[in-house]
Amino acid sequence: MGIEEKLPSGVLLTTVEGVAGYMRKASFWPATFGLACCAIEMMTSGGPKYDLARFGMEVFRASPRQADLMIVAGRVSQKMAPVLRQIYDQMPEPKWVLAMGVCASSGGMFNNYAIVQGVDHVVPVDMYLPGCPPRPEMLIDAILKLHDQVQQTKLGPNRAREVEERENAALRALPTSEMRGLLR
Amino acid sequence: MTTDHDIYASSTETTEGRVFTVSGQDWDQIAEGLAEDDSERVVVNMGPQHPSTHGVLRLILELEGETVTEARCGIGYLHTGIEKNMEFRSWVQGVTFCTRMDYLSPFFNEATYCLGIERLLDIEDQVPEKANVMRVLLMELNRISSHLVAIATGGMEIGALTVMTIGFRERELVLDLFELITGLRMNHAFIRPGGVAQDLPPGALDEIRAFIALMRKRLPEYEALCNANPIFKARLVDVGHLDLEGCVALGLTGPVLRSTGYPWDLRKTQPYCGYETYDFDVQTWDTADSYGRFRIRLAEMWESLKIVEQAAERLAGLEGAPVMVADKKIAWPSQLAIGSDGMGNSLDHIRHIMGESMEALIHHFKLVTEGFRVPAGQAYVPVEGPRGELGAHVVSDGGTRPYRVHFRDPSFTNLQATSVMSEGGMVADVIVAIASIDPVMGGVDR
Amino acid sequence: MTEDKSPDQRALEESPENAPASLDPEVRAVGVRRGMFGTRGTGDTSGYGGLVQPVVYPGLARRPLEGWHEEVAAALDAALATAGAPDAVEGVVVHRGELTFHVRRDGLPAVARALRDDPSLRFELLSGVSGVHHPDDAGRELHVVHHLLSMTWNRRVRLEVAVPDADPHLPSVVATYPTADWHERETYDMFGVVFDGHPSLTRILMPDDWPGHPQRKDYPLGGIPVEYKGGSVPPPDQRRSYS
Repeated sequence: MGIEEKLPSGVLLTTVEGVAGYMRKASFWPATFGLACCAIEMMTSGGPKYDLARFGMEVFRASPRQADLMIVAGRVSQKMAPVLRQIYDQMPEPKWVLAMGVCASSGGMFNNYAIVQGVDHVVPVDMYLPGCPPRPEMLIDAILKLHDQVQQTKLGPNRAREVEERENAALRALPTSEMRGLLR
Repeated sequence: MTTDHDIYASSTETTEGRVFTVSGQDWDQIAEGLAEDDSERVVVNMGPQHPSTHGVLRLILELEGETVTEARCGIGYLHTGIEKNMEFRSWVQGVTFCTRMDYLSPFFNEATYCLGIERLLDIEDQVPEKANVMRVLLMELNRISSHLVAIATGGMEIGALTVMTIGFRERELVLDLFELITGLRMNHAFIRPGGVAQDLPPGALDEIRAFIALMRKRLPEYEALCNANPIFKARLVDVGHLDLEGCVALGLTGPVLRSTGYPWDLRKTQPYCGYETYDFDVQTWDTADSYGRFRIRLAEMWESLKIVEQAAERLAGLEGAPVMVADKKIAWPSQLAIGSDGMGNSLDHIRHIMGESMEALIHHFKLVTEGFRVPAGQAYVPVEGPRGELGAHVVSDGGTRPYRVHFRDPSFTNLQATSVMSEGGMVADVIVAIASIDPVMGGVDR
Repeated sequence: MTEDKSPDQRALEESPENAPASLDPEVRAVGVRRGMFGTRGTGDTSGYGGLVQPVVYPGLARRPLEGWHEEVAAALDAALATAGAPDAVEGVVVHRGELTFHVRRDGLPAVARALRDDPSLRFELLSGVSGVHHPDDAGRELHVVHHLLSMTWNRRVRLEVAVPDADPHLPSVVATYPTADWHERETYDMFGVVFDGHPSLTRILMPDDWPGHPQRKDYPLGGIPVEYKGGSVPPPDQRRSYS
């Protein structure tokens, strides 16, 4: 049925979104945003033993304007939060944020005056990675899971609709402390 | 990026002149803007998010052409409030917090904090020998891994990426040992008041010996790659100069002080954990510059290997010896271990506290719920960290929690020398000078 | 022991071994610890709720001291007499082998200068400056602690200066020890102690517009409740505690 049957062999059909997502995930450039202990593990992931270059990600961009992914590696202090937001704003769309480690995800053990209790208070986070600090293998796993999200990213009006749906779903969501039932 | 309006890539007028936000691809605009200004004086803000400032350090540089006329540091971007957090946890739990301060030398943070508590508890003489040997072993391994990162990131910041990759390659070897001995790659919380948390696992000594043999082969690679490398020397020699008077006035310790030729090393001058019984030399250099500091770090790794070897030898003769003080009001009544199925606490541990001894149950309950009490007073027992004198000022009010703990971190103190080291030099040399101090921002800001 | 034991019995009189230090009349308590298990009100049925223990730090040492401690103390006395500030030191404490001079705040610059310059003292290196807040020690709430190291003699001493919270001023030692620059800024940032004569006493770790001084005891930890499914746990400073 349709155009597929008339094509010569060796040609695949897909959507523009699919191609764009495939290209994006295959050359995914992180910005260097090392803050604390996790930054050392992030650098280790780029080093010889774990070799993030296997996934086309060895180019850690110093300029946020050339980066797609911000790996927030470490505890975000109240003093650092505005800087972090500025760097996020400077990154071009589309962009993703990975909260690496428990401090960036939720404040972790530093539940005090100095630390922002989760970087999602400042920027939208696409992937949370627990651990203190997470091993390089965990970081690579988180990035590969994020690759799936990137592959599925929609374009144009589809993207706008998706963003709105997710926004509404988040607003309707029940706060964690009010959830009942099985503690899972 | 197609934007008509970018709030960050613009210029604003202030009383001090025009302010530009450099964001890439706008160099023409900035060059034109500066040409309109008659003054050669430019104030550049570097960081806190910059690839070569060694972490979240902010530098404010006043430039005259390419010469730095004034350099100031902005710190606090990683202030974590760890000292305050420790006041709300028991003495033992505090170890878990302080290990995360200077995240490249966790064992040194733990050691100085625990030595302070042990002095207040007056149990310094009761810490078993094996615990002291294990502390020395771990601290020296940690010194190697920390110096490797210092050399690696320092190399990366001046563009020598190979130094970075081989530095992290060797660091992995040390981290594998840490993982074998403590269970964690970083942030170990392994040194505890009264000893260390666990005994050495089986097979660890063989791994350590294999590591020493491998490092003996790998360390000469750094020497071959860097020591006489003309580019490396051109970037490092005579850069970041600070003489002995400057070091003492500004309180600098560690490799920076030793690069002036003064052999001040707390392991020799004020020994702790039995360092006086090990055979090693204090490394010095006489040029008081970044190259000298690099060579000192390299030479100290050799000395640390010597100490690790001696410690491993002693541990071979200490099999089965205790690693915690005998006082069950401080140490747990039964060594905590994981069950043979890998799940939960070992049955031996539970049998001892639940079935065999009423006192063990009481002690265990007291230690776990409220912890031990430390007599009122204050203590300061510094150790020689990889960056210099690292000390914890521990204050107790007689309770089960630290009343106040303040860490005198060498990175914090040494970073003050940035201005003296870099003013009058080229802007590219600021990076080298800071890399030669090797500040770790987690330790600077705590 | 026939008298009626009322709930407000004093632990110190009943069992002197509970006192952390000697009962020397010169020793002053800097606060009290009440109860034992951290519960307030009716929760504590153990009987320990009425316990009142003074918080007492190690008392002043009597001169002469032992060993090099006396050498340092005597040399400092002599140097201060020459410098015209003979009463700058208000007391000496020796605890666990560590020597602490309690210094009157007006005398701090003279003491610092004497310790650095006198050939028999030579404390060249200032390790650090930090603060300790004792809110119950009336009139001496804020303690500022300096750690000094003599590389020549391989000795360490500690200087402790107490200032009232109402007037948290003390002289800066930056002129003598340039190291103190950032350390005093940090102590100001965290405790609100004002170092007179410091070249630029501004906040260093917290943002410039931060209200309050976070490491004082009257400043809350500032945590937020941790939420789990089906409940939340208050931050550590609002949980039940044991001391």
